[in-house]
Amino acid sequence: MERMPVEDLKEIQEKKLRALVNNVYNYSPFYKRKFKELGLHPSDIRGLKDLPKLPFTKKQDLRDNYPFGMFAVPISQIVRFHASSGTTGKPTLVGYTENDIRMWVESLCRGLVSCGVTHEDIVQIAYGYGLFTGGLGFHYAVEKIGATALPISTGNTARQIELMKDLGVTVIACTPSYMLYMAEYAEKMGTSIRETSLRIGIFGAEPWSEETRKRIEEKTGITAYDVYGTSELSGPLFTECTERNGLHIWADHFLVEVIDPKTGENVGEGEKGELVVTTLSKEAMPLIRWRTGDITILETEKCNCGRTHPRIMRILGRSDDMLIVRGVNVFPSQIEHVLMQIPELGEHYMIILDRIENLDVMTIQVELNQKVSIEKPGEILNLKRKVEERLKSVLGVHANVELVNPGTLQRFEGKAKRIIDRRKI
Amino acid sequence: MIRQISVFVENKPGRLASVTGVLFEKGINLRAFMIADAGDFGIIRMVVDKTDEAYKALKEAGFTVAINEVLAVEVEDKPGELYRIAKALGDEGINIDYVYAFTSEKHKALIIFRVDNLERAVKILERIGVLFKGRID
Repeated sequence: MERMPVEDLKEIQEKKLRALVNNVYNYSPFYKRKFKELGLHPSDIRGLKDLPKLPFTKKQDLRDNYPFGMFAVPISQIVRFHASSGTTGKPTLVGYTENDIRMWVESLCRGLVSCGVTHEDIVQIAYGYGLFTGGLGFHYAVEKIGATALPISTGNTARQIELMKDLGVTVIACTPSYMLYMAEYAEKMGTSIRETSLRIGIFGAEPWSEETRKRIEEKTGITAYDVYGTSELSGPLFTECTERNGLHIWADHFLVEVIDPKTGENVGEGEKGELVVTTLSKEAMPLIRWRTGDITILETEKCNCGRTHPRIMRILGRSDDMLIVRGVNVFPSQIEHVLMQIPELGEHYMIILDRIENLDVMTIQVELNQKVSIEKPGEILNLKRKVEERLKSVLGVHANVELVNPGTLQRFEGKAKRIIDRRKI
Repeated sequence: MIRQISVFVENKPGRLASVTGVLFEKGINLRAFMIADAGDFGIIRMVVDKTDEAYKALKEAGFTVAINEVLAVEVEDKPGELYRIAKALGDEGINIDYVYAFTSEKHKALIIFRVDNLERAVKILERIGVLFKGRID
């Protein structure tokens, strides 16, 4: 399948696209409505060349149709839910049928194999387990190829290093910044990742650069690979192969385009733009022309590894204002929503991102308003804690809150620039 | 009881200077002063000669500021005086939130208390004869 001639792949895609369009028209209330609004009928979509006729699907559509409005199967056929934090308190929910899980696992298995992971490897999965797709996504793929999964999840770095050494872990999956953090932590413990059996790292869930790849490889002696996926499409799906010249998108399951985020038009080959994905095999929550918000370059030339499936280059950034903090997607609007619900806070705030000892640190400066009571001891401290707790529960990641006097933060004429990202990725 | 001003300040260079600068411009004199430190911010508590003016000036300058009543106790400037008062309040189960003190020729030693039960504390301090009933100016 991975080395199938491009023409045959296209044929599969055309067939699956027609089936998809019929399926969503008949079974997804959301798409049925959308097609009718556009005066579109499934018979208008005969092949890949008709793709631009189809509407985009955006994050807002998922929010508007929460929880089940995007589903194309009854809940009885859903075998699992995953969710990511939402922008205004409601999460983005994704359901999976048994086949969806199988396709997800298969996609990532192909990725693992193309990175050189075999059944003899022990894989430390230091992505979060739970509603986040990273942990469980890797878990089932690792088991499927017959390798050994170490489902350690995130945190407790000393134990991560100890088990890595004791068990002879050979592969790790985590965020690239956490790998760097772990490498430094190991040095503080008087050891080194170089003293372990680790040989491969599969890093993702946040944008990173070639420089970071070099730093990781120099520090740890392993080979670092990029992995990509989004919770809406089903977690980690695509990785680089050993050529390390882009991530293979499995074309029998996903149809990719790269568009100009402003005009919605497809950009030319080799030009950067927003990645748009149509799911060809998903049953529970099929997505048509899903706007990922991730900026990349599409490469359709056959790879030197022999795989014919198209590749996307390393993610270069975002087309919207989404931030990725410790692998967690954070929208500034979520932060604003929390802050505005707390009566003691004013409406001016700043979001500052730093990378300290290889870990993302998010600081939110927010002005107090005149309603705050500072007379009783500890009141401001309690307020600060309350804001931090609410942010943590909505964002799923910790933010330091710095309260400041009214009028001290910068004011903006026109569009506010409330984000200062000082991280070097 | 006397009136105290509380000001919220960020823990950054120059913040104390800007608070005291506002007071200096209005010719306001500090009688007692302390800063409670809480990491990236602090709360300044102070007793001044012209409380209302100080409050207005600080508020206009953009500070988060509050006025409240606190207990003041006048004692001889000699060993054991704070102990006597703290024990009297402690024995009655009254919690002291914070305390700061100053001495001046005019007022002997003045100790400022914030407690969790103001009314009961007043009664206790009156009973042991230390409650300050004068004015700070």
